[in-house]
Amino acid sequence: MIKVLYFARLKESLKYSIEDLHLPQGVNDISALKAHLASRGGAWEEMFAGPQLVRAAINHSVVADNTIINDGDEVAFFPPVTGG
Amino acid sequence: MTIRVQTEDFDAGAEINRMRLSRADIGAVAAFIGQVRDVNEGADVASMTLEHYPGMTEKALQNIIEQARQRWDIFDALIIHRIGKLHATDQIVLVLVSGAHRGEAFAACAFIMDYLKTEAPFWKKEQTSAGERWVEARATDDAARAHWNDE
Repeated sequence: MIKVLYFARLKESLKYSIEDLHLPQGVNDISALKAHLASRGGAWEEMFAGPQLVRAAINHSVVADNTIINDGDEVAFFPPVTGG
Repeated sequence: MTIRVQTEDFDAGAEINRMRLSRADIGAVAAFIGQVRDVNEGADVASMTLEHYPGMTEKALQNIIEQARQRWDIFDALIIHRIGKLHATDQIVLVLVSGAHRGEAFAACAFIMDYLKTEAPFWKKEQTSAGERWVEARATDDAARAHWNDE
């Protein structure tokens, strides 16, 4: 079981800020998780299979899409940051 | 190292004095203040709301300061970043760096801001006369950050 957080434009479009998710068989890394979420269709497909960049963090550190996800991890998806 | 993420405004002068007087071998304090403008990308900005990732934000800012420390021999660094709803001329962020000399203080301050703009998990949403919109990350911010790797 992992925790998935959504921020900013993603949170708004998906209408989800946080969910507990059981990783399906074969979904081992960020890339695969994005594809899995995109398969929900609608706004999910727009966000995760669309042209706009979606960054990912695991346990509070930004990671590349080929990073492995472990059970108990906190995964966050967000657009490129715009602070400062 | 001081890191604060807060809704309240900050007093830059008071923070500068606190850092400046904290030790007698400080020769330089460099400061940056970011504030809200009333116009962006052609639209009038009535207000701006800052979202963040609690838990990751402080860690990311800490990491940015650590990176600055590895590159330059600085004494201390401070980042205060506001969240919530802000209006034109409201302060958003304060970055202070102290050191023996201006070289490292100026450089580290600029470095911290360039990294904050591309790594710190904050997202801005503008309320304009044309409606609400999320601010897009700028290519110039990525370029500014990449520039530090050329040196």
